Amino acid sequence: MDMSQYLDIFLEEAREHLQKLNEGLLELEGAPNNRAVLDEIFRSAHTLKGMSATMGFNQVAELTHEMENVLHRLRNGETGVSSGILDLLFKCVDLLDNMVGDIAGGGTGDLPVEDLLTELRSRNVVECSESPRNIEPESGDVSIGETPVSQTMSHNIVTSVEFNEYEKNLIKQAIDQGFQCYHLVVNIDQRCVMKSARAFMVFKNMEEIGEIIKSIPSVQNIEEEKFETSFDLIIISRKPQEVIRKGLVSITEVGEPEINLITGVFCTLPALEETKVEEPKPVPAPSPAAVPVEKPVPDEKTEDHKDGQSHPHLKPKASQTLRVDTTRLDSLMNLVGELVINKGRLEQIGRTNQSPDLAETLEQMDRITTDLQNVVMKVRMVPIDNVFSRFPRMVRDLAKDLGKEIDLIIEGKETELDRTVIDEIGDPLVHLLRNSIDHGIEDPSVRAAAGKKEHGQVVLSARYEGNNVVIEVEDDGKGLNPEAIKNRAVEKGLVLPEEAAELDESSLVRLILQPGFSTVEKVTDISGRGVGLDVVKNKIEALSGSISIESNQGAGTSFKIQLPLTLAIIQALLILLGKEIYAIPLSFIAETTSVMPEQINKIQDQEVMLLRGDVLPLMRLREVFKVPLKDVPKEEEINIVVVRKGEKKVGLIVDTLIGQQEIVIKPLEKLLGNIPVIAGATILGNGQVSLIIDVAGLF
Amino acid sequence: MENDVQLVACKIESEEYAIDIRSVQEIIRLLDITRVPYASPFMSGVINLRGMVIPVMNLRKRFKLPDRAPDEATRIVIINWAGVLVGLLVDSVSEVIRLPRQAIEHAPNCSFNINTDFLTGIGKLGRRLLIMLDLDSIFEVTLNV
Repeated sequence: MDMSQYLDIFLEEAREHLQKLNEGLLELEGAPNNRAVLDEIFRSAHTLKGMSATMGFNQVAELTHEMENVLHRLRNGETGVSSGILDLLFKCVDLLDNMVGDIAGGGTGDLPVEDLLTELRSRNVVECSESPRNIEPESGDVSIGETPVSQTMSHNIVTSVEFNEYEKNLIKQAIDQGFQCYHLVVNIDQRCVMKSARAFMVFKNMEEIGEIIKSIPSVQNIEEEKFETSFDLIIISRKPQEVIRKGLVSITEVGEPEINLITGVFCTLPALEETKVEEPKPVPAPSPAAVPVEKPVPDEKTEDHKDGQSHPHLKPKASQTLRVDTTRLDSLMNLVGELVINKGRLEQIGRTNQSPDLAETLEQMDRITTDLQNVVMKVRMVPIDNVFSRFPRMVRDLAKDLGKEIDLIIEGKETELDRTVIDEIGDPLVHLLRNSIDHGIEDPSVRAAAGKKEHGQVVLSARYEGNNVVIEVEDDGKGLNPEAIKNRAVEKGLVLPEEAAELDESSLVRLILQPGFSTVEKVTDISGRGVGLDVVKNKIEALSGSISIESNQGAGTSFKIQLPLTLAIIQALLILLGKEIYAIPLSFIAETTSVMPEQINKIQDQEVMLLRGDVLPLMRLREVFKVPLKDVPKEEEINIVVVRKGEKKVGLIVDTLIGQQEIVIKPLEKLLGNIPVIAGATILGNGQVSLIIDVAGLF
Repeated sequence: MENDVQLVACKIESEEYAIDIRSVQEIIRLLDITRVPYASPFMSGVINLRGMVIPVMNLRKRFKLPDRAPDEATRIVIINWAGVLVGLLVDSVSEVIRLPRQAIEHAPNCSFNINTDFLTGIGKLGRRLLIMLDLDSIFEVTLNV
């Protein structure tokens, strides 16, 4: 069978499971007796094995198989969790990762696994009595119950279908309440041309008789005709078997079905059993109002069973998700952007036409578009955990390599950011973390001598702050030495000695973000490979964010990254320069103000004004943007937009403030790219293109 | 027929230029062009083509000819250049011409008194001479400016 069409899904799921393995192993390292974690790891390894065997990646399957054996012995308590075993398992995960990478690159995933296999096998000399699980494809084929016999309570089983906990519970309840549960094997004539249409009729007829709680393969696969000539249904009904039979054979091209009565199912693990039995879940009404519903079924569960597909390896509370190609999301976002633009256009027409009906409709439409926009934004939001989750492993390895002891504390991993930001933020964070671990945290002996805990601590946190997300990397290491930074910066020619002497501590610290700066003489493998923190700074500024540093010598350093929630649609202030309209992103604006011409002074050719006692440098935007000077505005009151970048502020002199508006950012094509002061373009309500000012580029 | 090429003929100053029709997405009347500061002098700015922001190049300025005010005949030829949309500002678009390949002489053979940087050849149609525009060099050189 040609599997290539499933490759993407395989890769994605394989990576997910590798991530789970990594996380699980790390957790196990901290709590070696945590049975639940061990089970989780085992399940991931098992699923990976099944998937790769189905896809024909035999090396991957073989390696996971041996891992599974080791894990099995751990689960049975035949061996204890030791750091040796964990290291070995970590190595396996790394190799698997490489194999998956190889497969993604078009390879077969056949990397040398012999060493690890031998090592794994040597841990498995005492083969347990239960034979290793067969490598079985994960295709939803009917297979015998997954749960090892020793862990099940003995209810009699009459079906070979695999149920998840929810379904088991459902069946049990139905039977308790006097329903019948049937396992149907529906046969469709081999010559049938439209199998899915027949299947649809089967579903329709069965739904009239009872409630379909499961189908194998899944409803979706059946709809797509991904089945041979028969499929399995589990239905709950009060009707006798004969009625069901008639309901099926009445459909043309549907043959005599096989109907089995299910009188009991495998019960859940004791722990789960306890909670579930005491708090019975209701059975969805097979026909309207047939059974009083005792308690509302949580949404996700209802969805789960409608889907009809069982995922025995997922946790029972797995939420219902859908994988969507990101390009589709992007085009959805673009369309919403178009809508926002056209809404603006309509509003303009509404203002000139003064029709109350139109105004009302527009108001309504405004609300809907805003909601729609919020929904689309949310769809594009991804929890930052996607990035954070790979760090515990990285920090562990780094700390081991460097002989340091480091606790990584992750906070706010549920914080959500736009997908485009998530994609880009990983590398800068890796850099900052490496920097903290390599340069920030001292060796344990040094720490002990300084009266600190030997365990260094790195806190990686994310949180919302207004319309921004703040990500912080904080260590309790030695902090930055402003004097050393000053000397280094002078030595590297980044600042003149006399300039350096005037800089305060926080400005000195910021010098490490300059290109060509690296505080450690020795180039290590971990950080300081010539690419400095300036790369981090550039990346973050490219994402319209900013970075700041706080450092206490001897007590630690904290890098604070501020990022906008989203990049596609932003709030902006529109301003007029001559006849040209420009947009300034609101996130950069501190305030707007106005002054009389005589309040503007000059300090060394630089125009400045006093803003509440502080000197504010001014910039004439007309000059910056080389606006044709045909109509020099009369020098009455001068409008000033105060923008900031980090701690710095600048006042921009503009002709007129037009107002605040939501704008959709459109990038400029490469023929016009690389213009320093322009961040992009947007289309205004009247269809005119307006340029967005790159505030960071003005400083 | 397979030996024919279809060309969009447009005029700048007194010369007639031809663009392979396969590169032309559409031809539109002049729209409001937003000036982009710090862009190359021959980039007029950007336009809004049904919600897309597209750069427009002034071919007169590209060919270092004197600029002139746009009039009724002025058109923007939207080019699809390897997936990127770019507008070319021309004085006018005359017609779509079908020309046999043999009627096109390649650049090295030409000895006309014109700027040879941006042409791939000269097409002859009766007494008319069409300058075959080399879009790649027009845009690529722009990128390197």
